[in-house]
Amino acid sequence: MTGENKQQNSGLLGWLLFVVGFTGALFVGWVVFPQLLFSTQYQPINYNHAIHQEEAGMSCEDCHSFRDDGSYAGKPQLAACVECHEEPQGETESEAMLVSEFVKPEKEIPWISYSRQPDNVFFSHAAHVKMAEMECTDCHRDVQEETEAPPVKINRLTGYPNEIMKMYVCEDCHAREHVSNSCDVCHK
Amino acid sequence: MSGNKSSGVRYGMVIDVDKCTGCMACSVACQQENNVSFREDETNKLRSITWLEVFYLDNGKPYPEHRKAYMPRPCQHCDSSHHPYPYPPCTFVCPVNATHRDEETGLVNHIPVRCIGCRYCISACSYHARYFNWWDPKWPEPMEEMLTPDVSTRMRGVVEKCTMCIHRLQRAKNLAFMEGRRELEEGEYVPACVESCPAKAMTFGNLLDSHSEVAKLAKSRHAFRLLEKLKTKPKVYYLSSQDWIRKLADNVL
Repeated sequence: MTGENKQQNSGLLGWLLFVVGFTGALFVGWVVFPQLLFSTQYQPINYNHAIHQEEAGMSCEDCHSFRDDGSYAGKPQLAACVECHEEPQGETESEAMLVSEFVKPEKEIPWISYSRQPDNVFFSHAAHVKMAEMECTDCHRDVQEETEAPPVKINRLTGYPNEIMKMYVCEDCHAREHVSNSCDVCHK
Repeated sequence: MSGNKSSGVRYGMVIDVDKCTGCMACSVACQQENNVSFREDETNKLRSITWLEVFYLDNGKPYPEHRKAYMPRPCQHCDSSHHPYPYPPCTFVCPVNATHRDEETGLVNHIPVRCIGCRYCISACSYHARYFNWWDPKWPEPMEEMLTPDVSTRMRGVVEKCTMCIHRLQRAKNLAFMEGRRELEEGEYVPACVESCPAKAMTFGNLLDSHSEVAKLAKSRHAFRLLEKLKTKPKVYYLSSQDWIRKLADNVL
């Protein structure tokens, strides 16, 4: 009798250890590791997309524009900010910081990119926006209502932000739209 | 089945050997344009990288029959060695699909970050057009600032080769898209070697466009291709009126 009990007990203990170990491993893999893997970085200035659109009446293209040769300028240079912000216009802390730390000393703002691709990737904004007539928000987050710049999560191992587009997403869309998936379409 | 007819584009090159003076401008332009690394000592040609090699040919006869010529050799961007499949020899052997023939343009590309450095493609290439990075590339002090931003640099342990300046095609397409066009006009996309040739011995364009200069020259009776007997169907054609050059071209280089 006692021998059978002992066997049952050790079976139960085994299960208990398995469950504890399994949940522990899941916790480490799903919660601890992702937090360790990504560092949180903040933009040099807390840029307010909403206020520029609503109060200043600016459109996206005023800052994010194409160059004449079809390449995409991405983020604007400081000169675009200086056009309006030579002196502070409002009373916000971010604007005061912009004027004192970047406009006055004529220093470019070191924006952190949310979607910086590796060097061997060639991405044509002209092909997607001008030819395929895609919306910015098909790939990028919607910034129209955004009153503060969200922090950027940077992968500590690769140095790339966590929200960059992965290659399988590109391939998937190219396949669905019957666009070439040849290597040299997107790689240089 | 020589290339993809449905896209209507098959980029190719014609090199006039009779016009080539062997000035090496194409080779230098290529090296500069494509961020090809070099070492302090470049004498060991088994270890150095030259996407566009210029071969020296002579007919081996004494004066007055002595003749010599120069033959620039970019990657030949072969169409097929395995009829009816349009796969060049190098892409056939690649175990990781790092090199591949673009069906829309006919160009053979190679993606260094995918390459595992097994060098099967180097052995498979009949033209010695592929090179291996035995060392990490290093540029002397001011030269790192002079690299072409459109071309990614390679690292130690991968193969590289001529891409026909694929970044120039990407740039030309960008401009065309900006102007609402899908098709490129002749001359909008030209590799650096062709642009730099002072003797105008090199011509580049769409072989399927019967009005293009390159298509007309490729059909010339003086046109031939290197090692034609292998049936690799290169898209680089050569022109020469001299028989001894044509004989050499189908022999061994």
